[in-house]
Amino acid sequence: MRTFDIIVIGAGPAGIAAATLASEQGAEVAVIDEQQAGGGQIYRGVTSANPSQLEILGPDYASGRDLVDRLESAQLVFFRAATVWDVSDEGTVTFSSKGSATQVLGKIIILATGALERSVPVPGWTMPGVMTAGAAQILMKSSGLVPGNAVIVGSGPLVYLLAAQMIAAESPPIAIVETPSLQNLLRATKYLRGALQGRHLLIKGMSLLSTIRRAGIRRYRFAKDIRITGADGIEGVEGVSFQSVRKQVELPCSTVLLHQGVVPNTQVTRALQLDHSWDGLQHCFRPVLDEWGQTSRDRIYVAGDNARIGGAVAAEHAGQLSAIGALHRLGLIEDSQRDSMSEAPRSALRTECGARPFLDALYSPPPEVLNPSDETIVCRCEVVTAGDIRRYARLGCTGPNQTKAFGRSGMGPCQGRYCALTVTEILAAEHGMTHDAVGSYRIRAPLKTVTLGEVASITNKSPD
Amino acid sequence: MELKRLRGQRATVRFHFDGVEIAGCEGDSLAAALLANGQTVLGRNLVSGSARGPYCLMGTCYECLVEIDQTTVQACQVQIVDGLEVKGLP
Repeated sequence: MRTFDIIVIGAGPAGIAAATLASEQGAEVAVIDEQQAGGGQIYRGVTSANPSQLEILGPDYASGRDLVDRLESAQLVFFRAATVWDVSDEGTVTFSSKGSATQVLGKIIILATGALERSVPVPGWTMPGVMTAGAAQILMKSSGLVPGNAVIVGSGPLVYLLAAQMIAAESPPIAIVETPSLQNLLRATKYLRGALQGRHLLIKGMSLLSTIRRAGIRRYRFAKDIRITGADGIEGVEGVSFQSVRKQVELPCSTVLLHQGVVPNTQVTRALQLDHSWDGLQHCFRPVLDEWGQTSRDRIYVAGDNARIGGAVAAEHAGQLSAIGALHRLGLIEDSQRDSMSEAPRSALRTECGARPFLDALYSPPPEVLNPSDETIVCRCEVVTAGDIRRYARLGCTGPNQTKAFGRSGMGPCQGRYCALTVTEILAAEHGMTHDAVGSYRIRAPLKTVTLGEVASITNKSPD
Repeated sequence: MELKRLRGQRATVRFHFDGVEIAGCEGDSLAAALLANGQTVLGRNLVSGSARGPYCLMGTCYECLVEIDQTTVQACQVQIVDGLEVKGLP
């Protein structure tokens, strides 16, 4: 089996930063990513974007070009269009590419698989025409397509960035329906001091808000009781209804773009049975890490949004720190080098994350999304509702894995990616248990769907 | 769902979905090309039979499954090429 000093899974900002730093220090590095080019989701398609796209998507997106170029010119092996479906705690990584599977071995694995959109279970969210805000951005980044006749619903900085991008693309949203409550505002003031440390992010936010105001986009605040309405058939979404400041509103539309922040993609870390803990502020599980991103398993590190949501720039700093930690662990750099190399990224990371608690509190998802009404589908794949999960809880089901046995929730093709957090939340509420005590689904390989042919074809000869 | 194509030169790519010829642009994922051509519904949920379409477009929600070469694949993970034959799942 081909062996590397470090295998980096994910070629987003954290992965690229980790891989390029490590290879510059002489380590044998491999990077594996599902896409044809680096950039992850945040910088997706940046090297093939045309000038008009770059203008619409904004300078932060365009800045990703440098990172992607650095990956291409680095001295490392880049397995592109390769889907990882198993990672063992001995460092074996199994991935599929072009219909056949390969295994490679890493002395150290750095996981940088980024984040997922938090799922937004509201009545009607499974209808065709409902997508995540991230999906709308992927359409703009990779295909130069922008949704029309769309309402953006939710909370988080991405809501405003997306709206500004759609305005620039001359396809403004019909409206923005914002869920943050007064309680969010009050809670956020506790973190104001940190926010000032990361004020560059807040200033960017203000600029987006004024773009939205100048374009005359209607913003509905304090929205609750969100329902997406429409025909269940071919027509899909017809509109979204909600309450805003005690008024009932109904907005006809053909697309609803949902967003309630992003959460770490813990499929690989869960499959490896690494320690995780609940982050009350970000409202999600995170792998337990030391200051170098090392997990509860010595040879496995996690960096970027995969570890903790901090955004693209923070991800680069975290990627560097994990590479430095890994290099030191491999004996490729001394204590003194490790300390001197890590000073700048550590300080930069602190600054970049300064405003994060404020943003997390301000844009905290509303109770109706975290703990949805009985009728709301929670497990999209197996069509299990929140009411079903509560019923299982009353029948004695105490953990997410038992819900699998009761009603197949978490057993569909998405493997719990879009229902895990909600199921944990519902069970915690029903039983009065902490999220840590409730836990999350047991995840097993294959982490992505594979054919028997791919499994049978596993070879130790890696593709060119 | 209505999608507008931004300005820019992209080569046209022609493929078939359930026998119907569809024109997309180079660089489109299959899911994006289908959405751009008004094909918002890609299939039906196996449990409830409800219409489903793409949700995440990044390969994690599995709502965009289609059949290519007798294999079920995620449409958002497939790049369209000329002559691609795609079947919707029953």
